[in-house]
Amino acid sequence: MTTPREFKYVGTRPIRHDGVDKVTGRASYGADVVWPGMLHGFVLRSPHAHARIVSIDTRAAEATPGVKAVLTGKDLPETTATIALGEAAIDLRDVGDNMLARTKVLYHGHAVAAVAATTIDIAREAAEKIQVVYEVLEPVTGIDRAIAADAPILHPALRTKGAASPGAAGPTNIASRLEFKRGDVDAAFAEADVVVEREFRTPMVHQGYIEPHACIARCGEDGRAVVWCTTQGPFVVRDACAAIAGLDPAHVKVIPSEIGGGFGGKIVVYLEPMAIALSRKAQRPVKMVMGRDEVFRATGPTSGSRVRVKLGAKRDGTLVAATASLWYEAGAYRGSPVGAGAMCALAAYKIPSFFIEAHDVVVNKPKVAAYRAPGSPIAAFAVESVVDEIARELKMDPIELRLKNANAEGDKAPYGPKYGPIGLKQILEAARNHPHWTSPLAANQGRGIAVGFWFNAGMNSSATVILDTDGSAAVVTGNPDIGGTRAAQAIMVAEELGIPVERVRPGVGDTDGSGYTDLTGGSRVCYATGMAVIRAAEDVRDQLKARAAQIWNVAVDAVGWENGRAIPPAGTEKAEAMTVAGLAAKMAHTGGPIVGRASLYAPMAGPAFGAHICDLEVDSETGQSKVVRYTVFQDVGRAVHPGYVEGQMQGGAAQGIGWALNEEYIYDADGVMENAGFLDYRMPVASDLPMIDTVIIEVPNPLHPYGVRGVGEVPIVPPLAAVANAMRDATGIRFTELPLSPPRVLEAIEAASAVSVGA
Amino acid sequence: MATVHLPSGLTQYTGGVETIDIDAARVPELIAALGHRFPQIAEQLGEMAVAIDGEIYQDPGYQLLRADSDVHLVPRIAGG
Amino acid sequence: MTVTKLHIETTINGEPREFLCDSHETLLSALRNGLGLTGTKEGCATGDCGACSILLDGRLVPACLVLAPEAQGRAVTTIEGLSSGDALHPLQQKFLEHAALQCGVCTPGFIVAAKALLDAKPNPSEDETRYWLAGNLCRCTGYDKIIRAVLDAASEMKESAI
Repeated sequence: MTTPREFKYVGTRPIRHDGVDKVTGRASYGADVVWPGMLHGFVLRSPHAHARIVSIDTRAAEATPGVKAVLTGKDLPETTATIALGEAAIDLRDVGDNMLARTKVLYHGHAVAAVAATTIDIAREAAEKIQVVYEVLEPVTGIDRAIAADAPILHPALRTKGAASPGAAGPTNIASRLEFKRGDVDAAFAEADVVVEREFRTPMVHQGYIEPHACIARCGEDGRAVVWCTTQGPFVVRDACAAIAGLDPAHVKVIPSEIGGGFGGKIVVYLEPMAIALSRKAQRPVKMVMGRDEVFRATGPTSGSRVRVKLGAKRDGTLVAATASLWYEAGAYRGSPVGAGAMCALAAYKIPSFFIEAHDVVVNKPKVAAYRAPGSPIAAFAVESVVDEIARELKMDPIELRLKNANAEGDKAPYGPKYGPIGLKQILEAARNHPHWTSPLAANQGRGIAVGFWFNAGMNSSATVILDTDGSAAVVTGNPDIGGTRAAQAIMVAEELGIPVERVRPGVGDTDGSGYTDLTGGSRVCYATGMAVIRAAEDVRDQLKARAAQIWNVAVDAVGWENGRAIPPAGTEKAEAMTVAGLAAKMAHTGGPIVGRASLYAPMAGPAFGAHICDLEVDSETGQSKVVRYTVFQDVGRAVHPGYVEGQMQGGAAQGIGWALNEEYIYDADGVMENAGFLDYRMPVASDLPMIDTVIIEVPNPLHPYGVRGVGEVPIVPPLAAVANAMRDATGIRFTELPLSPPRVLEAIEAASAVSVGA
Repeated sequence: MATVHLPSGLTQYTGGVETIDIDAARVPELIAALGHRFPQIAEQLGEMAVAIDGEIYQDPGYQLLRADSDVHLVPRIAGG
Repeated sequence: MTVTKLHIETTINGEPREFLCDSHETLLSALRNGLGLTGTKEGCATGDCGACSILLDGRLVPACLVLAPEAQGRAVTTIEGLSSGDALHPLQQKFLEHAALQCGVCTPGFIVAAKALLDAKPNPSEDETRYWLAGNLCRCTGYDKIIRAVLDAASEMKESAI
């Protein structure tokens, strides 16, 4: 065992470097820039959820004074390229089709044409003059309809990929089917003393970032394009723009703006290639900004779902068998996160025998995008609700039941490999020992607990650390900073070089200004990019030691390093320890500038678990409920800036609470979303929530030099079930469909009381 | 010989084989050997993430294998 | 061609300003596009998210629901007008100290709305703060640190006023 490293800066809470710009309104987000001569783009969208495009006549729009370019799907080349991005490997043909329909519209709001004009009003009015003739088709509005024998088919060429169900062949809306299994499930269930089976449904929900998608692009006569946009992944945007707009990637530069929230929803391109193509036609910059209704209708929410879960346990609480059948809506094109959902569903528990099947289903709704721990919250809602029922059947404390079955280091994950060090038992023990768990509840209140799991990504990262002659340093990576990663990166450089964190300037590079870096997402930035930052800082330190060796005329290996100073070997004449600033001042005389760099491919950061306790108060006369107390426990490996770690835990919990209580895409029979605005798509506001307490557990991740595990995604996983379990505790009713909105809760309470009165 | 655990959901295409020992020094050779043995799922195997002794590589590239490595093929995962 | 733009004289962050706008243009658009004051953000354009919170004659309003011509002869305060000289407003400072922002796009609206609260009620309770700020959406923080920052700013402003 090595002794744990003592940190000077890691674990402190410095003020974030980009903070002043953000509290003064100076920070530039996607829609905040103006380029000389720029035009405004407007998108014409389909009024039908499912229709064939018969013809598009753009002549009247093109003839409108002030209109400089009109674009339809025919103006763009078809591409077969893909970008590797996990389960939802980005199929750029689908992305291009989704951005601008070619032959069929597949959801209400699907883009069919775009106009660039001198003002946004002219662009909008001209777009309304575009004549689109549709052959309207029956919409597939949900999973049940999609898999019916007589269902309309969205994509005639689609065939089920993976472990197809027996007899499955020919056109289908089931894009893929996966299985995970272990042991003999039927025999295991036969030995169970208690079996609980339930079917759950959740609606489509949106990430709800406050900043709508926005970009500005210019494409010159030479075919070179520059794009400024709000994105989680500038390199993804670059590659997607090149392929979809038909440009050489060498000629596309993407400059990420500050980003006003993403949560997985700002990875795919919806505007950028269109802006480039319009600019190429008009030979002027084109700015495009979505309205909120467009964000809801035509970006990427996460799946609606149907999940059936069955668990069997022995009388002593040992879980012995499980089955789970997951059906996730992909939206208009294949690629829901159902595979991840299947891998996460049972990740917390040692269950010797299980069978999980997962189906990816296309429907006439917007194509889903990643949303914070994609796929896991839906699965956890179902499994953790059933675990709660098992605990009730067995009259067992739900934390004890979970602890009894909790996976630990060396146990085999349901998706195969053995777990390394994980903190599941530690978070459950912390929850059990926390005063929240044993505090009294008031009348009409209930308490629920649930756990959640996410993998946390690794992948490609690059970092550059630039030392200046005054001994300060800049650090540049390619990751847009959504939640405070610049502060974390500055802390890492300070830690490695021993210079004050205020003297480190963290920055986000554009696609020409930083090495290739995968997107900001998957909870990977502090882990994978952080590792690159640490190595780049180490590179600077190694160069400083070499400079000191030169000055002292000793061997490099003999130079030590302590507390930000190079230490001469004992007995060196006229040599005193030199600080970074001292060495930096001599850079020009000892070999020139010092730049440290590192790039790496990191394996996935490794499993992370959280547990949430929710107290809910329910008004039985209105069905209204309110979270009155909430505590989040999470193993984060190592908290580099605890303030922003807590912020991730609190923010994820709040999003999950919204998913549980109020948020949903509401569709009419024609497949038109009826609540595409913040008034009717009800996200939590400040008065809906209490303070959200956080308990940070640190079980260091052996793959990272500080033990960082990643933090952002896990906290959205437990709340759906934690809230539903609290609702069960408060009302005696097991809700299997989200959201637990007042009308649904009231109806169930009235039905239950009618039954008890009748009995 | 690395011990390779095939995806549990694909055993209908492997004649029920769940685990197999493969002599390969690196991931590409291992995937090629598996594809040769189980041609029905060769294409799918190439698209999977590879867990080597518990560490999951979304893109396994040319990762080296130890003689006693424990290898799992798992679906790739997207993050948000 | 007939003149279609309206000429508006107003006061913005204490300075007299004039601008041209369309009769149907929102004050949000005039601030952002005409006057270059992009600290006021557009999140919804329907008055539901609070990202465009400004003060009009001291009253908290969403700039997306105010027509630009309505600014005629009135005083507008935006996020750009909160700091004085080289000193941040105490609310801005407390947002930084409490890590009360993540992506930061809702932050200007929250700070302006919180200023309106503290102007009206220098010593608000947590509940009053939560209900006052219920017109501002934040999707990153879960509001915990925002509420703490506002309450801390209130108590510090009270102390420095004594």
